[in-house]
Amino acid sequence: MTKEEKLIIDQCMADLSQWKVQDQPAPYRPVEEYFHCKVKDIDTQMCIFLNGWYVHDNMPLTISPEGVIVGSLTEAAQRFPEKVLPYLNQKSLPKEDDLSVLNRQRYNDGLFVYVPENVTVEKPIQLISLTDSPDELMINNRHLIVLEKNAELSFVQCDDSIQFKKSFINNVTQIHLAEDARLSYYKMENKNPESMLFNEVDVEQKAHSQFYSNAMTFNTGYLRSRINVLLTEPFASATMHGLYLVDRQQHVDTQVFVDHQVPNCESHQLYKGIVDDSAKANFLGHVVVRPDAQRTLADQTNRNITLTDTAHVTSRPFLEIYADDVKCNHGTTVGQLDDDAMFYLRTRGICERNARMLLMFAFANEIANNIKIDSLRERYLVMIRKRLNGELTICDQCVLHCPHLVNG
Amino acid sequence: MLKIENLHVSIHGKEILKGVNLEINKGEVHAIMGPNGTGKSTLASVIAGKDIFEVTEGSITYEGKNLMEMSIEERAREGIFIGFQYPVEIPGVSIANFMRTAIDEKRRYHGQEPLTELEFRKMMKEKAKVVELTEKLSTRSVNEGFSGGEKKRNEIFQMAMLEPKLSILDETDSGLDIDALRIVANGVTQLKSPENSTIVITHYQRLLDYIVPDFVHVLFDGKIVKSGSKELALELEHRGYEWIKQEYESANNQ
Repeated sequence: MTKEEKLIIDQCMADLSQWKVQDQPAPYRPVEEYFHCKVKDIDTQMCIFLNGWYVHDNMPLTISPEGVIVGSLTEAAQRFPEKVLPYLNQKSLPKEDDLSVLNRQRYNDGLFVYVPENVTVEKPIQLISLTDSPDELMINNRHLIVLEKNAELSFVQCDDSIQFKKSFINNVTQIHLAEDARLSYYKMENKNPESMLFNEVDVEQKAHSQFYSNAMTFNTGYLRSRINVLLTEPFASATMHGLYLVDRQQHVDTQVFVDHQVPNCESHQLYKGIVDDSAKANFLGHVVVRPDAQRTLADQTNRNITLTDTAHVTSRPFLEIYADDVKCNHGTTVGQLDDDAMFYLRTRGICERNARMLLMFAFANEIANNIKIDSLRERYLVMIRKRLNGELTICDQCVLHCPHLVNG
Repeated sequence: MLKIENLHVSIHGKEILKGVNLEINKGEVHAIMGPNGTGKSTLASVIAGKDIFEVTEGSITYEGKNLMEMSIEERAREGIFIGFQYPVEIPGVSIANFMRTAIDEKRRYHGQEPLTELEFRKMMKEKAKVVELTEKLSTRSVNEGFSGGEKKRNEIFQMAMLEPKLSILDETDSGLDIDALRIVANGVTQLKSPENSTIVITHYQRLLDYIVPDFVHVLFDGKIVKSGSKELALELEHRGYEWIKQEYESANNQ
């Protein structure tokens, strides 16, 4: 843990009474009243959390004909305890810290998604967490995603602020992938600069399961994004991509932990960042290869571009290997834009500013291009362009539905 | 069009060009030849605007303007093109996007309307033919994973797109096999007009079989020590550079 991270956590945790907790959901209002969705070219099943509460009109759970359950976690725990409690009570999650414990003690609700055996969910499920309150809120949500054998799902999670109010958000998402299950998990952070957001994602993978995650951070105050992956049965694979574009005083901590417990699994990490002004980015990638985990394939890469002398990047890719028949590598770079490339572009008549833009866009695209939902990828590319252009500070709505991006 | 007078250039305190004089008029083709390490590429880089080089004395005038006061991109927009010996790979920037940006900026600079998407695509297609590049090219990243020949063809393709008044081709023939050399040279020849000028920097005569120069200069020890007609290139091919060196040294000793 870095000094600053500790400082921020202490600030948030020292006196929890400084935060207001909304102890019940606001009376139901149609989503459209405060959240305008003019663009719907991304076709998702949308689930909205407002100030930590699931927004629904007397329908806390929906169950599709195939048996896909989506809705309130607390409701699901009562109606389907056998599908929920074994996971919620599981104590073996890795690296539980003060924040995870706080979440465990205080969470009020969260989203529950259950996909039965052999079911492929065609429409991505999209979780949008909004904060909109005159108070300085603390929110603890715990989301649970369970994919049974050979199930498949794309999940999109967006954190957005509607107001510029200070907030302390401490979320945990638990993901359990049974044999052959496949999950694509896309995450987008677009919070106001006063927000302190802690996101932990705990993934447990069985044999041959595939986990893909892609996290984009465009705006935040402080963000700590943590992924813990347990590979508990052979031939599971986890790929994690991430991009952070931060400026001003923003601060992003990315912490990835992968535990190779058994043979023949693979994990890949590629995180990239462009850090401007006095922003800070820390990357900590930790891969453990246990003595039994022979034929492990693991790599981790972190690349950063700093645009100013005051931008700050710390990168620590870290491998801890106890098996002897493995292929692992890690690498990290922190630097400026390539001078030779800048010169080359300018000799073709492109001004310095645009040459920088082209190079930064290219750098960032590598992450966005891996997104398999076309409309989402196109939106992200527009977002990146606008963000690098300085046109985008913070969207007051989830960017995926943001009207001013239609023609962007 | 271009007038270089008594040009002295240093890098890290070491003088590379020691008084170059050269004048190029509209429609002319000049070849600059000479052994390795005599300052040929430095001359091209200085004209392009590479800032690691320091001009300590002399001047370069382009179309009546002081070139040294123009930014790198301004020089390009005013019609100077450098075909590089080692084109840079730029992963993630597509050739289409690259050229689109370059042409838009040039047109804006000259007060012209931007091309429509259709016009631009048509232009890409036509210009790609000049160096026998396929259309698939446009979605590829600039020079990334290109063979030596493809990189040089891509340089000439960019030259075709940007329609420069003055092209400086720095060792465009190096690393090319016979076929690639022919394609590149044919490309350059197609782009030739009475309105534009070309400087060909090369070691060898073979490129000059295709691109026939009006003048041949020999750069040695940071100066142009000999100038002549295209026959000079043939003589150099035949006799090497040793006699130039001897002539230069004996002249200096007198």
